[in-house]
Amino acid sequence: MGITVQEVSKRFGSFQALDQVNVAIESGSLVALLGPSGSGKSTLLRLIAGLETPDNGKIFLTGKDATYQSVQARNIGFVFQHYALFKHMTVRRNIAFGMEIRKMPAAKIQRRVEELLDLVQLAGLGDRYPSQLSGGQRQRVALARALAVEPKVLLLDEPFGALDAKVRKDLRAWLRRLHDEVHVTTVFVTHDQEEAMEVSDQIVVMNKGRVEQVGTPAQVYDHPASAFVMSFIGPVNVLPTNSRIFQESGFDSANPEMFLRPHDIQVELQPNASTVPARVSRLIHLGWEIQAELVLDDGQEMVAHLTRERFDQLNITENQRIHVKPKDAKSFPLYYEI
Amino acid sequence: MQTNSSGSSSSKPWSQWVMIAIAVGYLALVLLLPAVNVFYQAFAKGFGAFLGHFAEGDMQSAIGLTLFIAFIVVPLNTVFGLFAAWAIARHPFRGKPIVISILDLPFSISPVVAGLMMVLLYGQQGWLGPILQFFNFKVIFAVPGIVLATAFVTLPFVAREVIPVLEEIGMDEEEAARTLGANNWQIFWNVTLPNIRWGLLYGVLLTNARAMGEFGAVSVVAGNIARKTQTLPLFVEDSYKQYATGAAFSASVLLGLLGVLTLVLKEILERKTYRKTT
Repeated sequence: MGITVQEVSKRFGSFQALDQVNVAIESGSLVALLGPSGSGKSTLLRLIAGLETPDNGKIFLTGKDATYQSVQARNIGFVFQHYALFKHMTVRRNIAFGMEIRKMPAAKIQRRVEELLDLVQLAGLGDRYPSQLSGGQRQRVALARALAVEPKVLLLDEPFGALDAKVRKDLRAWLRRLHDEVHVTTVFVTHDQEEAMEVSDQIVVMNKGRVEQVGTPAQVYDHPASAFVMSFIGPVNVLPTNSRIFQESGFDSANPEMFLRPHDIQVELQPNASTVPARVSRLIHLGWEIQAELVLDDGQEMVAHLTRERFDQLNITENQRIHVKPKDAKSFPLYYEI
Repeated sequence: MQTNSSGSSSSKPWSQWVMIAIAVGYLALVLLLPAVNVFYQAFAKGFGAFLGHFAEGDMQSAIGLTLFIAFIVVPLNTVFGLFAAWAIARHPFRGKPIVISILDLPFSISPVVAGLMMVLLYGQQGWLGPILQFFNFKVIFAVPGIVLATAFVTLPFVAREVIPVLEEIGMDEEEAARTLGANNWQIFWNVTLPNIRWGLLYGVLLTNARAMGEFGAVSVVAGNIARKTQTLPLFVEDSYKQYATGAAFSASVLLGLLGVLTLVLKEILERKTYRKTT
């Protein structure tokens, strides 16, 4: 196992940042810690790095107990949201820093710096200072610097958070490719579910200092373990279980609320035994998808997503009466506020 | 404001000229003339006479003592200031505002009072007087007293300059260095010190200027014994009182040049610090 977190709790004053967290991360995998701000994901990352110490519990790195090991001894790579490059050093010296601390021979350091500059596609920019680079370039320098010491694990704290949308997308794909090349166990923190889905092998969904679910992107999307996961990852409609739409279609649950994805709503022009009528209050064209805002006869509002193809087939307009039924709906024993 | 000046754009109204004249006159009277006069008086009897004063034993001894005091106090308060700044800026603890206020005490207390505090503590009648006498160690009216008084009045300068810089740069770079395997000492030398160097240097400069120029606190504890406990500022006062105006003004020029030099360096350093943080 690459990283094992056992029953870890951490409190800052009266704020419970982490509450008995258990996570196991396989060697060589790329894992996202996903959650809203204040969910404890950054704290968990800093605990793994050793930048914070847990109040309770244990942390194992590559099988060894590292709970009270110093940051320096853990041999990790850490990438900060705001890059944290050494401003007064050139790119080359930034990357060399960890190796110089380890007193590696100068010739070897020089060779490795050039290799890394190539790896992060910054060859030729080695003599620049961080202030002369763009945000995306700085973050790649930070990555090269972290990788230089050949860390056991690579930890990234919202690595793309400070970049603009276009650069962020490019760098995401690049990180994925990079990981496929270097295969170091990588954990990155994000609050962006799309980013987590796109980049990672496994997603650890966190909320209020607890782990809600661990799974592949498909697992957490298709089989969310809690109401929180379902609502945090992807759009969702929440309706009372006793609504007619569920009674007619045979969905039932002991829990008071049902969750259904907008794309799990089937829209028909003609009623049948399992549909209920609804009025189209608004149509929004999202390009490849059409978002239809619907009002059911009992006053409940919900959102349905139609493919372009289906929409053209039905040819519906605003204020038209249509008939809907859920293709899938879920309910969860406990309801969490987001 | 705009309508005011554009309404009489052809020539400035007389009120503006009066205001400017008052401002310039005030500056001239309070700042410029006294400074120029010091230089004029010092060189009134020619450059040779000016230099001649520096051959006098009393003056040489005063310069030597002042340099000696600065030589001890500046490193002392630089190290103290660095540690204090680091402790305050890098560690959350209860009562932080109180500690900062205590650090500022030398700024708010009159130097004369500071000197008196030293006398009341270390003097013959002071709390620690008997112990010091027992070890036959003289503090008041001796060099240790001057060092103590000077250290007191220059205590906050370095910490005061470094704390905001440390807070501004944050801990990210230091944490990054730590994750790369650096220990505390390596972090300090390779990351923290380069980041705070201009602020630190500015603090050292201010400490030095004050250490060399301090009069009030030192005059209370020193006893003003020529060639023994007479610093340069005390020498200026003493010479002047004994109508040795030439020597007084020559020494003043020396202290004045120190001030000018400090200001020039301060300007340069402030620009560097500003460029660093933007």
